[in-house]
Amino acid sequence: MTRIALDGIAHSYVRHPRTDKDYALRPLHHVWEQGMAYALLGPSGCGKTTLLNIISGLIIPSEGRLLFGDRDVTRLPTEQRNIAQVFQFPVIYDTMTVAENLAFPLRNRKMPKALITARVAEIAAMLELTPDLNRRARGLTADAKQKISLGRGLVRSDVSAVLFDEPLTVIDPALKWELRSKLKAVHRALDLLMIYVTHDQTEALTFADRVVVMNEGQAVQIGTPEELFERPDHTFVGYFIGSPGMNFLPARVEGNRAYVGGNTIALGAAYPELTDAVQIGVRPDFTTLTDGPGLTVQVRRIDDFGRKRLAHVTLDGLPLVATVPPGWAGDGSQARVGFDAPHVLVYRNDVRVEGVAA
Amino acid sequence: MMDKPTNNRAWFFVLPVLVLVLFSSIVPVMTVVNYSLQDSMGVNNFFWNGDSWFRDLLNPDTEIGARFADALLRTIAFSFTALAVEVPLGIAIALCLPRRGWSVGISLVIMALPMLIPWNVVGTMWQIFARQDIGLFGAALTGIGLPYNVTQGSVSAWVTIVVIDVWHWTPLVILLSYAGLRAIPDAFYQAARIDGASRWAVFVNIELPKLQKVLVIAVLLRFMQTFMIYTEPVVVTGGGPGSATTFLSIDLVKIAIGQVDVGSAAAMSLVYYIIILTACWIFFTVMTQIDRRGDR
Repeated sequence: MTRIALDGIAHSYVRHPRTDKDYALRPLHHVWEQGMAYALLGPSGCGKTTLLNIISGLIIPSEGRLLFGDRDVTRLPTEQRNIAQVFQFPVIYDTMTVAENLAFPLRNRKMPKALITARVAEIAAMLELTPDLNRRARGLTADAKQKISLGRGLVRSDVSAVLFDEPLTVIDPALKWELRSKLKAVHRALDLLMIYVTHDQTEALTFADRVVVMNEGQAVQIGTPEELFERPDHTFVGYFIGSPGMNFLPARVEGNRAYVGGNTIALGAAYPELTDAVQIGVRPDFTTLTDGPGLTVQVRRIDDFGRKRLAHVTLDGLPLVATVPPGWAGDGSQARVGFDAPHVLVYRNDVRVEGVAA
Repeated sequence: MMDKPTNNRAWFFVLPVLVLVLFSSIVPVMTVVNYSLQDSMGVNNFFWNGDSWFRDLLNPDTEIGARFADALLRTIAFSFTALAVEVPLGIAIALCLPRRGWSVGISLVIMALPMLIPWNVVGTMWQIFARQDIGLFGAALTGIGLPYNVTQGSVSAWVTIVVIDVWHWTPLVILLSYAGLRAIPDAFYQAARIDGASRWAVFVNIELPKLQKVLVIAVLLRFMQTFMIYTEPVVVTGGGPGSATTFLSIDLVKIAIGQVDVGSAAAMSLVYYIIILTACWIFFTVMTQIDRRGDR
């Protein structure tokens, strides 16, 4: 049973970093708990792969300590870390059969033959590779090759963690779903710590117990999918998670009221006096067109997604996305919009401000 | 739909190429074929001789046959020796070259330098280099007590020719292998580290399989060049001592120009040609087989 702790881990590819921009990964404290599934979510170049490679030892961080349990492994080479990693593009050993590929990590660690055979059979069954076990790996499709890579990552039962670096990029969409649920099942069955890097929010939110949202080398929020959706800590999380992203409006906040231009919006909590750039944020799911009382907006267009309809509207010239309720019978260019007060959050300089329950 | 426009004027545009090929290849080859089937009693006085030049050549009991068989064996032995040294050595050096940084360019240029030197210059350099009295190589070997003498010892002569070829052409294998190694994505090495593979396992399971294609090309090129080696032995040893370094090409020139035995020489060059063609065909088949196995 190991937990992996990051103690101020930071990395820069520049020799003498001066500004925050020089860091691929800014100082990060976090504990990855045994048996949990984490996702590292963020746009390309946000430092997620760097963080993953630091944990596996392919990169030695420029600052901080990395602990496996109580052991400091910061400078330990990959081979001595007991960690498995699956890469974005399939890596297979051309000259070997599928079974030999799966057995390779075990054979290198001098496991007994009987154990290797049993493990390989078990993992092959999980990933549905059993019929291909005796085929040469080089002639297989990209899908099958990536399954072999996944299998090599999962075949060792003693690992501290299994790291996935966007492993489903090359897999076709139909199979993607299947493999993702398979990974989830494997996770439940094996009680492993898994860290899964992706830039696809659906992938992250469906796979992980906890999601780490990263941007520009910083972990902006770590939380459950619900937390990220309901209470984004940072405007970036609001934009990045959910489609479409959160609505943000520049506002002035007094007590439990927010003033946007000439409009007043009720808040779910009371706030102290705030200076600097203050915004309120509310998800389109909690912004609803209504026939009852509400703020008057101009309707620009309505997108029909079949199961739901979204309206693109402007409030005093500020763009907003709102849900169109099933019974809504409005037409023309004007409508009224209502906000669900508990879900209207307040941000100061892009960071969420905690209110006091009113 | 399937009608292609036919225009006989098109032939006119191909004509220059046809004329060139005719004069550069077809006419010379057919002349050789012509010589190989005839005998002459003097200047331009030829008569039909059938296949007897070929019979003599391929029968080791005749004088010419014995000579041909010896030279052929010698050439094959030389090709294999050179390949057996150059290919492993080339791969080993390519593995040691730096992968990034300022030293890459410098290393590659230094490695490639021998290839820029013409054959006869290489021969002359080594002729002097290998001399016992004033040559650094020859004098040094003699100095430490080794029985080294290019002009009189057949082992010395052989070793010298092999060393020259290794020095001159291993860089080709190095450059090809280096290019092949650089084409392997980093993820393979990272995955191997994660999988706990030893350095040897990385070489056998990742590097060597990925080098397969460039190595087939390297072996093909080196085989063709070593099989037709001519200039270096002619300059350094003159084919001697005795006939110790008389390879096929040297023998061929001796018979054709030295003895003006045109019929034998023609038959010999045709057989030589067929051997090289067969070897290339085998290499080509192996290469396409590798490709096809990769697709399956």
